[in-house]
Amino acid sequence: MEIFGRPLPAMLSQLLLGLVNGSFYAILSLGLAVIFGLLNVINFAHGALFMLGAVLAWMGMEYLGVNYWLMLLLSPLIVGALGILIERVFLRHIYKLDHLYGLLLTLGITLVIEGVLRSFYGVSGLPYSPPDALAGATNLGFMVLPNYRAWVVVASLAVCFATWYVIERTKLGAYLRAGTENPRLVEAFGVNVPLMVTLTYGFGVALAAFAGVLAAPVIQVSPLMGQHLIIVVFAVVVIGGMGSIMGSILTGLGLGVIEGFTKVFYPEASSTVVFVIMAIVLVVRPAGLFGKEK
Amino acid sequence: MKLTLKPLAIALGVAAIAVSAQAQEKVKIGFVTDMSSLYADVEGKLGAAAIQMAIDDFGGKALGQPIELLTADHQNKADIAASKAREWIDTAGVTMVFGGTNSSTALATAKVALEKKRVYINNGAASSALTNEQCSPYTVHYAYDTVALAKGTGGAVVDTGGKTWFFLTADYAFGHALEADTSRIVKEKGGTVVGAVRHPLNASDFSSFLLQAQNSKAQILGLANAGGDTINSIKAAKEFGIDKTMKTAALLIFLSDIHSLTLKNAEGLLHTTSWYWDLNDESRKWANRFYEKHKRMPTDIQAADYSATMAYLKAVQAAKTTDADKVMEQLRKTPVNDFYAKGTLRPDGRFVHDMYLAQVKTPAESKKAWDYLKIVKTIPGDQVFTTKAESKCALWK
Repeated sequence: MEIFGRPLPAMLSQLLLGLVNGSFYAILSLGLAVIFGLLNVINFAHGALFMLGAVLAWMGMEYLGVNYWLMLLLSPLIVGALGILIERVFLRHIYKLDHLYGLLLTLGITLVIEGVLRSFYGVSGLPYSPPDALAGATNLGFMVLPNYRAWVVVASLAVCFATWYVIERTKLGAYLRAGTENPRLVEAFGVNVPLMVTLTYGFGVALAAFAGVLAAPVIQVSPLMGQHLIIVVFAVVVIGGMGSIMGSILTGLGLGVIEGFTKVFYPEASSTVVFVIMAIVLVVRPAGLFGKEK
Repeated sequence: MKLTLKPLAIALGVAAIAVSAQAQEKVKIGFVTDMSSLYADVEGKLGAAAIQMAIDDFGGKALGQPIELLTADHQNKADIAASKAREWIDTAGVTMVFGGTNSSTALATAKVALEKKRVYINNGAASSALTNEQCSPYTVHYAYDTVALAKGTGGAVVDTGGKTWFFLTADYAFGHALEADTSRIVKEKGGTVVGAVRHPLNASDFSSFLLQAQNSKAQILGLANAGGDTINSIKAAKEFGIDKTMKTAALLIFLSDIHSLTLKNAEGLLHTTSWYWDLNDESRKWANRFYEKHKRMPTDIQAADYSATMAYLKAVQAAKTTDADKVMEQLRKTPVNDFYAKGTLRPDGRFVHDMYLAQVKTPAESKKAWDYLKIVKTIPGDQVFTTKAESKCALWK
């Protein structure tokens, strides 16, 4: 059986690989969407913090012998704490200003983090192996899937939907959403909105670090790994609609799959296809596929 | 009184002319390479350090004036590289443009050097077009090129039975040149190329491309990419078990890549290199000096940066001028004999010297830090580079 002249097994394997990449897009764009939703900040530092998550995982292993599973927990906590520091020291001063200031500030933070790590570790990257429990590969018949990649999809989907559930279905989430709509009124009800904002930023960047640790065994841990990804992830957020939780998850997965198929039919365009889609979406639905027109 | 002042005035005038002439003769090297992205460990800032090391060893002065080194990061963009070179030549009086990694930037910069009549030396870029279709009387392509990689690695792999090839190619000037040159060698030796997939520069995920390669049922996976792209390709090939059904030929891999991949992932890779730190006493001596300063062993490109700078400075000193035509003439008639290579510069701009077919050691074979390669054979320079019969360069007819 063939689809568009390609054998079905080949297409199935590309679909699966697309989902793996899509999982990274989903979890990163989710963090961006959460931060944008509540803070109105376009967090350009997301890629650098994703990279920092991966580098911390490597450091834990290299210097302290801390294994992957522990770092999967610790790394987001450390980066989350750093995020809280960034929010308290820098970001809180610019909420009233135009989006552009937040973008520039976080871009500056990105350059500092990447520059420091580059001067220590160079750009070729640091090797990080998958944990023993997930080493090896499973033969699915149509393809050989490394176990670790399967874990990436499972772990990131679980985290994505847990986040969605908390924000959309719980009381805490309701506070958050209300804080987005009208922070003054929510504060009048006795909710500590500034604290909520700080913790949200910390949580958003912790998601990035979690994705970073997930990515460490898949791509070479390098100070550049965030740069490559973040631009695509921004496009994902724009396509899905700024501030839409479910939108960013679904768009992330979907674009991963589309990109995967592009790699089969016209590989040269695989790095641009996402931007072509973004341009089309912006023309047809300027608020994004899942966004609401204001 | 008037009579006695006259000669003094003339002497002053002559001195002033001499000084201004000397001012123009100041040796300035402008080095533009990738200092921050995927090729930065191959050459990058340590390439600049190697050039500076050569300047210092030369005594820091040429034609009686301090030698100056300017550096810039081209970020793998040809327009940045070319405009930087133009700016340096026009406003800073750069006498030699030293080009770096990335063939697109090298081809663009070589054109500027040709137009402005300045010496252009390149080590990091691989495209053989620099001394073939786009050769220039001012270009020196010093370290290696895609033809040498193709003949060295491609030839050796076909000779040991790797007859069917599938290429994973970086989608720009360098990748295309390496794929084309290697395909030619494979076919000449009776092999076949069953397919190729072109990936964007700096791609982060190679799994999809690798599955396509695997489905082709070819024996050899030819990696026509470099730096971070090669590292991630090899890593993913291991992960997906591609190495069980196909043999990987990394057509261009540097010591820094192997260091980053670790021997566990890179062991057994056959490749061609222009130099290796552990070749002989001379190479070890220089490499150890470099290591003392930078805590990394130099790549062959960084060693070539030192050697080429030294050759240029000696040529300037011998020609007593920075005039590009005269310096190039001097470079062509003076053979190089140092720790990096023994060779000569051809009319097409190719610096011809021996290359080495090397294999990455297994973790068990490696006895000390940076002990990564064993040299399988030395390939004579007149065989490994483009021959006169193959050349399309008009300057070499």
